[in-house]
This record gives sequence, structure tokens and C-alpha cells, in this order.
Amino acid sequence: MFSIGVNYLSMADKTSTLSVRDEFVNLYLNNLDLITEESSELMNHYREEAIQYFRLLGIPSVKNEKYKYSKIEPLFGYDYEKYFAPKKILFNIDDIFRCDIPELDTHLALVLNGFYLPNRANKITELPNGIIMGSLAEASRLYPNMFKGRYNTLAENTTDGLVAMNTAFAQDGVFIYVPRNVVEAKPIQIINLLMSDENQLVQYRNLIVVEDGAQAKVLVCDHTLSPKRFLSNVVTEIFVGRNASLEFVKMQNEHNDSAQITHTYVNQQRDSHLVTNTLTLHGGFIRNNLFVTLSGEGADAQLYGLYLTDRTQHTDNFTYIDHAVPNCTSNELYKGILDDQATGAFNGKILVRRDAQKTQAYQSNNSLLLTADARMNTKPQLEIYADDVKCSHGATVGQLNNEALFYMRARGIGEREAKLLLMFGFVHEVIKKISIDTLRERIDDMVNRRLHGELSRCHNCLMHC
Amino acid sequence: MLVIKDLHAKINDKEILKGINLEVKAGEIHAIMGPNGSGKSTLASVLTGRELVEVTHGSVTFNGNDLLEMAPEIRAHEGIFLSFQYPVEIPGVSMVNFMKAAVNEHRKYRGLEPLSASDFLKMMREHKELVGIDSALTNRSVNEGFSGGEKKKNEIFQMAMLDPKLAILDETDSGLDIDALRVVANGVNKLKRPDNAVIVITHYQRLLDYIVPDYVHILYNGRIVKSAGKELALELEEKGYDWIKNGDNA
Ligand SMILES: Nc1ncnc2c1ncn2[C@@H]1O[C@H](COP(=O)(O)OP(=O)(O)OP(=O)(O)O)[C@@H](O)[C@H]1O
Ligand SMILES: [Mg+2]
Repeated sequence: MFSIGVNYLSMADKTSTLSVRDEFVNLYLNNLDLITEESSELMNHYREEAIQYFRLLGIPSVKNEKYKYSKIEPLFGYDYEKYFAPKKILFNIDDIFRCDIPELDTHLALVLNGFYLPNRANKITELPNGIIMGSLAEASRLYPNMFKGRYNTLAENTTDGLVAMNTAFAQDGVFIYVPRNVVEAKPIQIINLLMSDENQLVQYRNLIVVEDGAQAKVLVCDHTLSPKRFLSNVVTEIFVGRNASLEFVKMQNEHNDSAQITHTYVNQQRDSHLVTNTLTLHGGFIRNNLFVTLSGEGADAQLYGLYLTDRTQHTDNFTYIDHAVPNCTSNELYKGILDDQATGAFNGKILVRRDAQKTQAYQSNNSLLLTADARMNTKPQLEIYADDVKCSHGATVGQLNNEALFYMRARGIGEREAKLLLMFGFVHEVIKKISIDTLRERIDDMVNRRLHGELSRCHNCLMHC
Repeated sequence: MLVIKDLHAKINDKEILKGINLEVKAGEIHAIMGPNGSGKSTLASVLTGRELVEVTHGSVTFNGNDLLEMAPEIRAHEGIFLSFQYPVEIPGVSMVNFMKAAVNEHRKYRGLEPLSASDFLKMMREHKELVGIDSALTNRSVNEGFSGGEKKKNEIFQMAMLDPKLAILDETDSGLDIDALRVVANGVNKLKRPDNAVIVITHYQRLLDYIVPDYVHILYNGRIVKSAGKELALELEEKGYDWIKNGDNA
């Protein structure tokens, strides 16, 4: 059972005539003591500048080209409870949440509404092989040298008001450090739980460092555990060292009243490998910004994404790959299925700088629309300044293949089942890129059930979200 | 078993079938020959329920039931099987999942429980041997990247798995090498029983050397213009279609 001091503030009594921007600047100013108290000096160091940028940039509107297909402002139109200290919970978290991926043995980090949930009162876990994982605020106190020079160096506070807002407000999150040459086969799993009796705005921050020659797999799962409205604004910074490799799987599984905006920044050194897999299984509104900078020669990035949306759900993936140096490779494949009135967007930007000769960059985005009302906007953006490069992009938005459907029906497979098989086949191309076998099988199963119309929540999870 | 009466059908307002009459009884093998574009595959499409083809007149009954009323999957469950002239590639759908779904839906229709995973794999193994299809193929996505001949073998493999009452082989011989042709034909012959029937659509006598038809029909311009015994195929091989086209269809 957890029992942590409560420090709770509501914004409901604020005058509603203020703009969202002013509202949050005031919120910041009025609560600065609380915000800084529950965080760390190193994190606090960046707040002042960040709030100034936020004051300048505000919440991105659809006039902002980058956010053209995602209306962010209305998300802030609800009343959210905001609090600046971990909330007291009067039950054992194990009783309500158990991740059920059979045989998936992971190093587990739990985050509740943006605050790291201590593992038997330990805010930091050090594994025998030297891997450090735990609370970001705590880590910045205990390991300032690992923290400095990394935290807030990738996040773009100066161009995106949401990022600046996160830097100003985020107090905690997860820190993962994989030391030089440590190869960890067991995935490190971060489970973000959202649970509250009130609508909740959650802003937290993650920092992941995979040192030279190290190898790690990180799995991030998001779950809403209560039916309230949640808005998450999350920034994650990731450093992949020389010859290091990281597989980063993000599984988004939230209810229809939840909104999630993620900003993930990756910096890759020479000969490093990155595989990201962004799996949007369920969620009301999702916007993922993924920035990858290939800053050392021979670096390779594979970005995969899957989105399954129905009803009025919205999923928008924005990716930006910066080929900053020669001889790097990147490959992107995003696929999704949109049903009912669902909307989606994919905006894939690839920048190949003047010096980045011998770059190979491939991108493709394929979507299936199951109804005439579903809509998908796909926009590749290649900016190439080098001349000796191989780049390609392709995007398709289509319907289920009628010839294939007939072929299957002619074999006795009913129309519904045939469609499901086709849809599953369509997205499997992305799922099969997950290297963690038990996870891949589980995702297969969850996707299958999702396509059958069931909520893709885990068996053992007792919450009905 | 199958009775087609004065069948007319069109595709996009163009009449393709212009009054087909044909009866196939259990135990029989019928060959349908005829020039390109005469309507052979269209007839197969009508029998399997492809929506593109619109029946404008006539009737088709299968074991006494109105076939045209049935959805394609029901026709399959009732025992109709088409070996496609152009088998469709289905990326991402494995042969195993595809066949498992097909076999189990057939079983469900007959009120049987789904096969266990091991029984199913055993069944796959046994039938693969029949047509000499490689395991490497059945581990892939349906028809994806299969060669022309491999696709045709795969059709016969599926036929063996589903054990139909009426099999329609639409140019299954095209694309097969000489050895594969023999293997496939032997497969078909092994599956032949007094209670099932086969319609073989082909351009060549060669296949009919192995699968010997009881009747040969010539389909020309949407009509069956001549029906006779197996000797008709030999005659066609020798003379071509000109004597038919010239109206000498006595
Ligand atoms: N999808 C379609 N759209 C338009 N016309 C079609 C379509 N399918 C078939 N047809 C036309 O219908 C006619 C009959 O075609 P069908 O495929 O039945 O011929 P076939 O006898 O099987 O020929 P082949 O020996 O070449 O296979 C042709 O004129 C063809 O162009
Ligand atoms: Mg044909």
C-alpha cells in the first residue's frame, strides 16, 4: 500500500476568461514553490527559461503547419485537476493492475499520473550489471553527472510550446541508464498508469541513456485505469551511444476520453542501432512526435508504427529524421486501419544535410479506410541537400482488397472473418518487427481482439477502461 | 448435381454469357474449351458468386438448391470449389492461418468442432504430399511471390484440403511444367470419387490425357456451341476453332 503526502490543488476556481496560455503561466507562477519542492534542483534549473518560451509560443494551433491535422487547443478546454506532488493512493497497486503478458519477464518501472511509483520505497533500482532505473528527479540528485549535459538538451523548448510547457511543469518520470557494453536481454518496462477521480492533466519526463556498446530493450505501456478525462503531455529524451542498440516499443492503450501528446527525441552516435515501434492500439486522441538525429556515421534507425482507430478517435504521427552526417540509414514503416469516423495523420519528415552523403532513407505509410467517413492525411516531406543519396517514400490510403476478399470467401471464409484476416495481415508487417517474442505474440493477440471489436485490454487487468 | 438453365450474365452492361445450358452429374468429368474471351472464366465466376458478374436470366441449381441465392462462402461450404485462373496474392495472411480459417469454417457449417492445432498441421502435411507442394511455400503468405506454377499447385492443395463436391479447374494446367502437370492431374484423379464431379476448363488436350473427361463442351461467344465425348478435344487440337466460328456447329 502506498501512502504518500498529498498536496492537491484545483484550478476550477480560476477565472475562465483567461487564455489557456495565461492560465498556465499563472498556474506556474502561483505554484512554483510546490512544483520545485517535489522535483529536483537540476530539473528546476530549466523551468524559468521554459515558461518564458511557453509564454511566447503558447499551445500550438492548427495554423501551425506541424500541428495542422491535430487540434490541440480544444484538449485544454476542459477543467483538469493538476497537482504537484504524488497523490495518496489507498490501495495496493498490485490489486488493480497486473500486466499480463505471459512469460514476459521484465524489469518493471511503474509511473502513476506522472510520478514514479517507488518499488518498496526505493526510488532507484540498481541492477547487478549496473543498469540504473527509477525516478528521474531522484536520479538527478543521485547521479548529477549522468543527468547533466543530457537532460533538456534534445527537447526543443524553443519551437514547440508543448515541450516548453512540459519542461516548466514536469517534476518526475523515469530514468534509465545502461552502462557501457552492458547487454541486457530482459526488457525494461515502463508502465504509465493514469488513475484519478478527477479529470487529470499529466506532464512528465523520461531520460534514457544507452551508453557505448550497450544493448537494451525498453517497452513503454500506457493505461488508463479510471474513466476520467486524461491529458498527458510527455517528453522523452533518449541517447544511444556509439555502437549501442536500443529497441523502444511504445504501446498506447487508453480509453476514448484520454488524450496523449508525446515528444520523443533520440540522438544516435556512430554505428548505433535504433528500432522504435509505436503501437497505438486504442486512445481517444493521440499525437506522437518522434525526432531522431543520426549524429554519428553508420547509425541506423528503424521507425515502425501501427494505429488502429475507430469511432471518433484520432491518431497523428509526426516523425522527423535528421541525417546529419554521412553513411547513415533510416527506414520508416507506419501502417494503420481507420474505422467509423476515425481520423488520422502521418507526417514524415526526412532531412538529409549537405554533408550527409551516402544516406539511405526509406519511408512508407499505408492506411486502410474501412468506411467512407474515416479520413487519413499523409504527408511525406523530404528535404535533401546532399547529392549522393538513396531516398524514397511512398504512401497509400486504400480499402480492403476486393479480389483477396472474394478469394477467401470462395474458400468458405465468411466475409467478416475474411476482412479480419486481411486487416490482421495488413498490420502484421509492423508487428513482426518486434523482436521480443512473447511481446510480439501478445500484441498479435491484442490486435486480433481489437479488430474483433473487443477492447484490447489485458486479461488480468481488472479495470474496465 | 449441377443444373444450369438458359444462363445469361453481364459484366458492366456487356452481355458475356448468352444462354448456357449444362448439366453435371455426380461422378462425371466435364471439360470446357473455347477461344480466349468466350466466357469460360465468367461462367466459373457466376458459379462461385463473384459480384462483378450480374446474372440477368436463367437459373443454376446445385443439388436441388438455388445456387445463385447463396453467398460465396455458403457455396464453398456446400461443396463448390474453384481453382482460380489467376490465384490472388494476399500479403500478410499466412497460408496456415488462411487454410485453418477455411477448414474450420467448413467444419462449422457441418456442425463439427474446429480441428486442434496438431490435427490441422497433420492434415496440412498429408495433403501437401499429394500435390508435392513445398513446406517453404505453405509457410509463406497466401500466394505471395509464388511462381505461376506454384500458385496452381497451391490451388490443388487447397482443393485437396477442402474436399469439394464440385471442383472447377480454370486453366489449372497453364504455367505448370510437364512433371507438375502430371503431379497435379494425379492429385485430381486421386480425389475423384463417384460422389463428386469436376469441370475442367482448358485450352489443351495435354491435361485431358491425364484427366479424362466424360464430356467436352465448346463455349463460344457466351454459348455452348458443341458438346461431345473426349474425342472432341482431339478434334479441336487438330482443327482449331475456325470451323466452329464459321458457324459449322452441327
Ligand atoms: N472485370 C471485367 N471487366 C470487363 N470485362 C470483363 C471482365 N472480366 C471479363 N470480361 C470480359 O468478358 C469476356 C469473357 O471473359 P472470360 O474471362 O470469361 O473469358 P475466358 O473464356 O475465360 O478467356 P480465357 O481463355 O482468355 O481465359 C471477355 O471479353 C472479357 O474481356
Ligand atoms: Mg479464363
